Amino acid sequence: MLVTHLLARGQVLAQGPDWISFDVGAFVDQFWSNTFDGLTYGAIYALIAMGYTMVYGVLQLINFAHSEVFIVGAYALFFTLAALGFGPSAPNLNVFALVGDLVLAMLVAMLAAGAIAILLERVAYRPLRRRKAPRLAFLITAIGASFAIQYAIFAWRGPNPEPALIMFRQQPVFEVFGAIIYDQQIVIFVAALVLMVVVDQFVNRTRLGRGLRAVAQDPDTATLMGVNRERVITLTFLIGGFLAGAAALFYVMKVPAGVQYNGGFILGIKAFAAAVLGGIGNIRGALIGGLLLGVIGNYGQTLFGNAQWTDVVAFVVLVGILMVRPTGLLGESLGKARV
Amino acid sequence: MSTPSEPPVEGGLVAELELMTPEQRAAHEAEVADVVAPDREIAVAVGDTLLSMENVTMRFGGLVALDDVSFDIRRGEILGLIGPNGAGKTTCFNALTGVYRPSSGRVLLEGAPLGRRQRFQITQLGIARTFQNIRLFSEMTALENVVVGTDARHRTSVMGALFRVPRHTREEKQAIERAMALLEFVGIADRAADKARNLPYGYQRRLEIARALATEPKLLCLDEPAAGFNPAEKDNLMGLIRKIRDDGYTVLLIEHDMRLVMGVTDRIVVLEFGKKIAEGLPTEIRDDPAVVAAYLGVPDDDAP
Repeated sequence: MLVTHLLARGQVLAQGPDWISFDVGAFVDQFWSNTFDGLTYGAIYALIAMGYTMVYGVLQLINFAHSEVFIVGAYALFFTLAALGFGPSAPNLNVFALVGDLVLAMLVAMLAAGAIAILLERVAYRPLRRRKAPRLAFLITAIGASFAIQYAIFAWRGPNPEPALIMFRQQPVFEVFGAIIYDQQIVIFVAALVLMVVVDQFVNRTRLGRGLRAVAQDPDTATLMGVNRERVITLTFLIGGFLAGAAALFYVMKVPAGVQYNGGFILGIKAFAAAVLGGIGNIRGALIGGLLLGVIGNYGQTLFGNAQWTDVVAFVVLVGILMVRPTGLLGESLGKARV
Repeated sequence: MSTPSEPPVEGGLVAELELMTPEQRAAHEAEVADVVAPDREIAVAVGDTLLSMENVTMRFGGLVALDDVSFDIRRGEILGLIGPNGAGKTTCFNALTGVYRPSSGRVLLEGAPLGRRQRFQITQLGIARTFQNIRLFSEMTALENVVVGTDARHRTSVMGALFRVPRHTREEKQAIERAMALLEFVGIADRAADKARNLPYGYQRRLEIARALATEPKLLCLDEPAAGFNPAEKDNLMGLIRKIRDDGYTVLLIEHDMRLVMGVTDRIVVLEFGKKIAEGLPTEIRDDPAVVAAYLGVPDDDAP
């Protein structure tokens, strides 16, 4: 009903100002392919969102420099892949060699991002925590650290994106509801999901995860029960960094020329939005928020026929959902996330 | 949270044990005690000094919360710390569990100063506590709360946990067994799988004790464990505190309820306005004029 109604109105709306068009036909035609592609983007947002959400859960700190943790991972990935001989055209490798190379590059990116995340915590946050700084001070150092890293990369690599890296030519695998699913989409979605399930299980089922949840719920009591809070904090930043490094691989797969000094900025904002959407501090919320944001952005893009509308629609929906559910979709903190 | 009058906390271990034959009871107690206090035989001769407060003073700005307080806690005893509201009991607790660092003076555990150690290290050295206002990890199950306490004794590294090395798996299994035994010991094993915030009030108080015991403390500090209890629950708690001591733990008890303090403690230290005004056996304390004055006030014509 609604769709046919909109289809009829589409003609009229299209005659409005020329910067806004309304293509319901394309939206309906491409609904499923948009959904699946949106899930792929969403999985990347979700991986990055985990870093925001876990740090928030443990420290009630928005680590604005997390987008730079991600971009450092992306650079590490770029250099590793370039050194392995990847370039603007897909390499001629058998599956095992390709997977081996990609896993190696991902591990390097994870280590680099994990290392920078821990370094960031030591340099920018821990000294403030020792002196019991007010929350505002953390916010400013977070933004400061974000800009410092971003422009250090700018100074080093210049304003232009690094040359594109094609890892493999994507092949259609099967069709669902008329939408073609590519191998790349499956790889990204499944790998991201596996990583998030591993982290979720780690947090919910291991000793360190238990300590992490204890600190998130009540840091003072946790330390009095023998939990080493500083170690928990380091671990949290490390896990966030690892996931951001892994996200870098999937991001470059999707956006081959996306390695750029400010490449993490918008992505970071979106991931942060995904974390808030799902319920900040909530690991499963980050996953749901990320996927939702990815899918909605894609819908908006087709509906309005222009890539710029991706973010407009995504953020309007974000505000709309938060008006109804101010604490996010799952609305819990990390301390509350439980088996 | 539920009110204290809601589900009664009787039942539990004490009632269960009464139903057992003497042989069953002995066997059961030995089994639980083995898990709860594995090192209790090692506990050196009862009566030597476990912890000393040496001239501890705590200042907050111009306020002197503790003024040159000294006392010893002997191994294997239940020491009561009493005093009127605002006398400095909780400050004293915080000073010896590392929440505060004394402005001057020092706290020695087995002769070694606690110094500038961090809180989690002090817990690992062997001082555990409960809180006056219950502070459980309310979104975790009762069992998980206790397991967090046992974690203080476990040794697997971050990498070991990430890759689930056999030692991690084994330690996890032991931790859960020990946590279950502790829940049984304090008498709340039937609600092990419930979230802490859904437990009745009396269960929450007992869960705090189980969690503190899980860190294998040499000294267990209980901060008003009977707050909000009815007389039957208090009797039950007295039994539990004695049982804890009999299993080889040393207990420091802050409590307002005089009947409970007089009934369970071996010795008592009395604080008033941050100063120690008396120390001795319960019977001595009961008749001490300074203590009576502190609690009941001094008649005007006797005032100095």
